Amino acid sequence: MLVSVYRYNPEKDSAPYMQDFEVTIPGGRDVMVLDVLALVKEQDTGLAYRRSCREGVCGSDGMNINGKNGLACITPISEATKGKMDKLVLRPLPGLPVIRDLVIDMSLFYKQYERIKPYLQNNTPAPAIERLQTPAEREKLDGLYECILCACCSTACPSFWWNPDKFVGPSGLLQAYRFLADSRDTSTAERLTDLSDPFSVFRCRGIMNCVNVCPKGLNPTRAIGHIRNMLLNQQI
Amino acid sequence: MVTSVTNLGRSGLYDWVVQRLTAVVLALYTLFLVGFLASSSDLQFAQWQGLFAQTWMKVFSLAALISICAHAWVGMWTISTDYLKNAGVRIVFQLVCAGFLFVYLVWGIDILWSV
Repeated sequence: MLVSVYRYNPEKDSAPYMQDFEVTIPGGRDVMVLDVLALVKEQDTGLAYRRSCREGVCGSDGMNINGKNGLACITPISEATKGKMDKLVLRPLPGLPVIRDLVIDMSLFYKQYERIKPYLQNNTPAPAIERLQTPAEREKLDGLYECILCACCSTACPSFWWNPDKFVGPSGLLQAYRFLADSRDTSTAERLTDLSDPFSVFRCRGIMNCVNVCPKGLNPTRAIGHIRNMLLNQQI
Repeated sequence: MVTSVTNLGRSGLYDWVVQRLTAVVLALYTLFLVGFLASSSDLQFAQWQGLFAQTWMKVFSLAALISICAHAWVGMWTISTDYLKNAGVRIVFQLVCAGFLFVYLVWGIDILWSV
């Protein structure tokens, strides 16, 4: 199988380039893209990419696979090459600075995540054991808490490409809504006020690239719609 | 919170609501004009002039004129903050847009009131 990988080592290369590798898949099986990368690394140990759990839980190996962002560890090569030639093109997630090869600098992504204060805030006295929720209240967090912060969605979003320092991005906004929707959080009004400017939420144009690429099947666009409705209810 | 001094209402929610409300006004105005033109097979100057001479039509046209200026400003401001990264270039672009929109508004009012 032909694998074309984005290479860039700022210490040696003046510009990034694509390097082709011919990889033989053992037994011709339908392996994951991450397995293919391991075979490429056997040929060139200098290749840099992030990986950890190799089962779609840690979110380390987000990359652009044949033009679509996804996790290398849970994307089979059959899916990645569907409808195309038997070739795999691997690039780093777009829109953020490349540190080396497939490794990107995610500082801005994390900065936006930090900005939405991704932790429960409650100013009432702590109960003896724990803050309880009804099953209905807990159900509101489904489809929100599962985000693994792989950045596939935010780096597929043109609004995030143009304003990564101002627009929170789909991942951060999904998490923002996760805390806005939490019955145990008492900072809803302050959270909403922090999001009401022209960039943080409203730079979303609803093109749903985030929904298209999310490896966990989540829907940040819907969460952003809920935040808009909450802002409307608060400020009208 | 991200601050901005050049957007229409200092608030993203305000701009968003203005964008949608003005879109409704513009859609109604467009549908009305298309309907009027479609139902007037033999349209003459007198009918056209008569339509715009009525006060309710002047109010409707002025609402559409103000709507298109507000709608365009929100849209052009968004484009400028997406694609123009140099602050100097961006403010010049925004001033040119604002200038054109202001001229169109005053010119439009002048035309409407002269009918």
